[in-house]
Amino acid sequence: MIPELGHFALIVALAIALVQGTLPFLGVAKKIPSLVAVARPAAQGQFVFVAIAFACLAWAFYSSDFSVLNVATNSNSRLPTAYRIAATWGSHEGSLLLWVLMLSVWMLAVSVFSRSLPEDMLARILGVMGLISVGFLSFMLFTSNPFERLLPAAADGRDLNPLLQDPGMVFHPPMLYMGYVGFSVAFSFAIAALLDGRLDATWARWSRPWTTAAWVFLTVGIALGSFWAYYELGWGGWWFWDPVENASFMPWLIGTALIHSLAVTEKRGAFKSWTVLLAIIAFSLSLLGTFLVRSGVLTSVHAFATDPKRGIFILCFLALVIGGSLTLYAWRANKVSPGGMFELLSRESMLLANSVLLIVACAAVLLGTLYPLFLDALGLGKISVGPPYFESVFAPLMAPAVLLAGIGPLVAWRKGDAADLLRRLRWTAIIVLIAALFVPLLFGRWALLTSFGLLLAFWILGGALAALIVRLRSSTKITSAFAGMLLAHAGIGVFIIGVTLVKSYETERDIRMLPGDTATLGGYGFRFEGVREVDGPNYKAARGTVIVLRDGQTIARLAPEKRVYLVQNNPMTEAAIDAGISRDVYVALGEAVDDGGKEGAWTVRIHIKPFIRWIWIGCLMMAFGGVLAASDRRYRIATRRQDDAANAGATALRSGTA
Amino acid sequence: MIAIAAGVTLIAVAAALVLNAFQGNVVFFFSPSQVAAKEAPLDRTFRVGGMVEKGSLKRRADGLTVEFVVTDTAKSIPVVYSGILPDLFKEGKGVVAQGKLAPDGAFHASEVLAKHDENYMPPEAAHALSKAEAEKAAKSLTPGATR
Repeated sequence: MIPELGHFALIVALAIALVQGTLPFLGVAKKIPSLVAVARPAAQGQFVFVAIAFACLAWAFYSSDFSVLNVATNSNSRLPTAYRIAATWGSHEGSLLLWVLMLSVWMLAVSVFSRSLPEDMLARILGVMGLISVGFLSFMLFTSNPFERLLPAAADGRDLNPLLQDPGMVFHPPMLYMGYVGFSVAFSFAIAALLDGRLDATWARWSRPWTTAAWVFLTVGIALGSFWAYYELGWGGWWFWDPVENASFMPWLIGTALIHSLAVTEKRGAFKSWTVLLAIIAFSLSLLGTFLVRSGVLTSVHAFATDPKRGIFILCFLALVIGGSLTLYAWRANKVSPGGMFELLSRESMLLANSVLLIVACAAVLLGTLYPLFLDALGLGKISVGPPYFESVFAPLMAPAVLLAGIGPLVAWRKGDAADLLRRLRWTAIIVLIAALFVPLLFGRWALLTSFGLLLAFWILGGALAALIVRLRSSTKITSAFAGMLLAHAGIGVFIIGVTLVKSYETERDIRMLPGDTATLGGYGFRFEGVREVDGPNYKAARGTVIVLRDGQTIARLAPEKRVYLVQNNPMTEAAIDAGISRDVYVALGEAVDDGGKEGAWTVRIHIKPFIRWIWIGCLMMAFGGVLAASDRRYRIATRRQDDAANAGATALRSGTA
Repeated sequence: MIAIAAGVTLIAVAAALVLNAFQGNVVFFFSPSQVAAKEAPLDRTFRVGGMVEKGSLKRRADGLTVEFVVTDTAKSIPVVYSGILPDLFKEGKGVVAQGKLAPDGAFHASEVLAKHDENYMPPEAAHALSKAEAEKAAKSLTPGATR
C-alpha cells in the first residue's frame, strides 16, 4: 500500500509541476495576478508530494519490503539500518527520486527566501524550475518507476553493492546532488531574466548567493567522493579522472567561472550576457553529468540498447533544455546592454581571463570524457583516455589561472595601476619564489615540477595574504564576502600543496609477508602479525594486524580487512589508515598466498602519502569560503528592506480598515 | 584587439595541448584475436581484454607476480602482472589488462582492471568475446569456404 501511495504522490507532484510550469508564464504574459500567484504555493505543494514519495520509498527500504523490485534488487534484510536507508538512492530509480527531491528542496527555498524578488520574476523562476521538474518526474514515471512491484515478492533482497556500504554513501550523493541541482536555480534566474529583459546588477545580486550555495554543496560533494574513493577503493588514489568523476567536475569548473562572472556583473554591470551563458552551460553540464551517470552510457555504451526508451528520453530532454535555452539566449542576449568599460589591467580583465581558462579546461575534460564514447558509438574502435591525458592538459591550463587568482584581489576594478601592483607584490613574489625553490629540498629530492607546483600554491596564498594586509591598512571594512573570497583562494593554495607533495613524494610497495615479517618503506617499519577471521553483520572478514614502527617505537596498530559479503559473495578490500597532517600511512590486504606450504602468508600493499589530507582540507576551506561569501550581509539587507516595506504596507492597510 | 589575440592564442595553445596529449596518451584496445593476428603494436601501451581462462592463474615463487591467460574463446594471450590483483578478479570472469607486448609474446601488464560489480563485464571484454563468437558462428555456417 505504501509504495502505491508513493507512486500516487509522484503523479500528483507531476500534475503540480505541469501547473507550475505553465500558469505562471501565462499569468505574467497576460498580466493576470491570480495566475502569477500560483507559482509559490505550487512549488511548496510539489515539495510536499515529492517528499511524501521519497519517504515512502525510504520506508519500503527501511522495512525491507521485497515486493518492491527496487528494494529487492538493492537491499537485504541483513543490511545495517543506515545503509538500508542510504540504499534508497543506491539505484538508478532511487537516485532520480533523490534528484527530484533536491530540486523540490531548492524550489521550496526559492519560494520562501525570495521575498525581495518582484512577483513576476519569481513566477518565471519557479516556472522554469517547474518545467525541469516535469522533465524529471515524467522520466521517472514513464521509464524508471522506483515503486515497481515484484510479484510474487522475493524472499530476500540481492543486497546493496558492497562498495556502497559505507558512511560515504550516506553523505556523498545527497551533497553532490544538492550541488548539481542547485545550479538549476542560477539557470532559472538566467532564463527568467532573459525572458524579462531585466539583466542588471540587481539580478546578479539575487542570483549570487544561490549560485554560491550550490557551488558550496558541489565542492563538498566532490571532496567527499574523492575522500571516499581514497579510503574505500583500496588503491590509495584520490582522483582517477574516471568519467563519472569528470561528470561532476565539469559543472564545478563552470560554476566556479560563474560565481566570479556574477561578481563582475553585480559590481560593475559588465559581462552580463557572458554570465547568463555560463549559468546555462553550468546547468546543462549538470544535466549531462546526471544522465551520463544515470543512463549507463558510461559503464557500457550498450545500455541504450537494453532500454532504448530511457536513452531516447534522455537525449530528447537534454536537446530540449540545452537547445531551448541557447536559442532563447541567441534571441535575447543582443538586447543586453554592454556593461561598464575596463582597461586591460583591471580586475574585470583578470576575471574574464580566468573564466575563459576554466571553460577551456572544462572543454578539454569534456573532450577526453566523451571522445571514447563517440568513437565506440560510431564503431571506430575502442580506446580509453586515462589520467595522463587529463593531467597533461589540465595542469598547464590551470597554472595561469592560479597565477592570475593570486594577483586578482589586488587589482582595482576598471583600471589597475601596474606600478602600485608591482610595489605591493614585490616582496611576496621574492619570498614565494625562494620558498618554492627550497621547500622541496626539505623532502630530500628536488624536481622542477614540484617546485613549480609549490610556487603556484605559495603564490595564491601570498596573494591572499597581501590582499588582506592592504585591506587591513585601508579604512574599508572587511566584509564576510571578502573574507570568504580570501579563504577560498587560500583553500586552492592548500589544495595545490597537497596535490604537489602527494604526487612528488608518495611511495608504495606491494609485498608478500608471513606473520612476524617486517617491511620498511619511507622510514617506517611494518610488522605483519597475521590474519584472523571476524564476523561482521553481513560479511565475514579476514582481519590483519600490522604494527607501524618508527625508530623502533610502535606508532600505530592497523587492522586492514578483506571482507566477503555474504549475499553477493563479493570480496572487498577495507584499507586501514593511520592519518596525520603531514602524512597518511595506508595499508591494504591483497590475498592469502600459499608460500611453499607455510601458512598465513598474505600479499600486502603499503602506501605513504605525504600531506594528502591537505587536498580535502583545501576543498573544505573553499567550501567554507563560499559559505561566508553567500552569507554576506548585503544580500540580507536587500531582503529586509523589502520586508519593512511590506510591513509598512500592511500597517497602512490595517489603519485604513480601522 | 589584444583581448581577441589573447583569446585566439589561448585556444591555439589549448588545442596543441589536447592534440599532443591525445597523441601520447590514448590507449587503444585489442582483443586476443587481434593480437594473434599481429594487429597490436609492439612498442606501445595498449589494452587487451576478454575472459580469464579457467585454471590458468599461476603465482610465481616471489609470491607477487602472477600469470594468467586472457581469452576471447577464439584466441588467447598469456599475461604477466606483478602486484595485487583487484578484488573482483576471478577465473572465468571478464578482465581488461593494460600494458605492453613483450618480444616473447606475453603481455606484460602494468594495470589489471576488473569492475565493481560481480556480474559486470568490462565492455571491451564483452565486445571481444561476442566478436570472436560471431566469427566462429560465421565460419561454421560456411563450411565450404577456405578463408
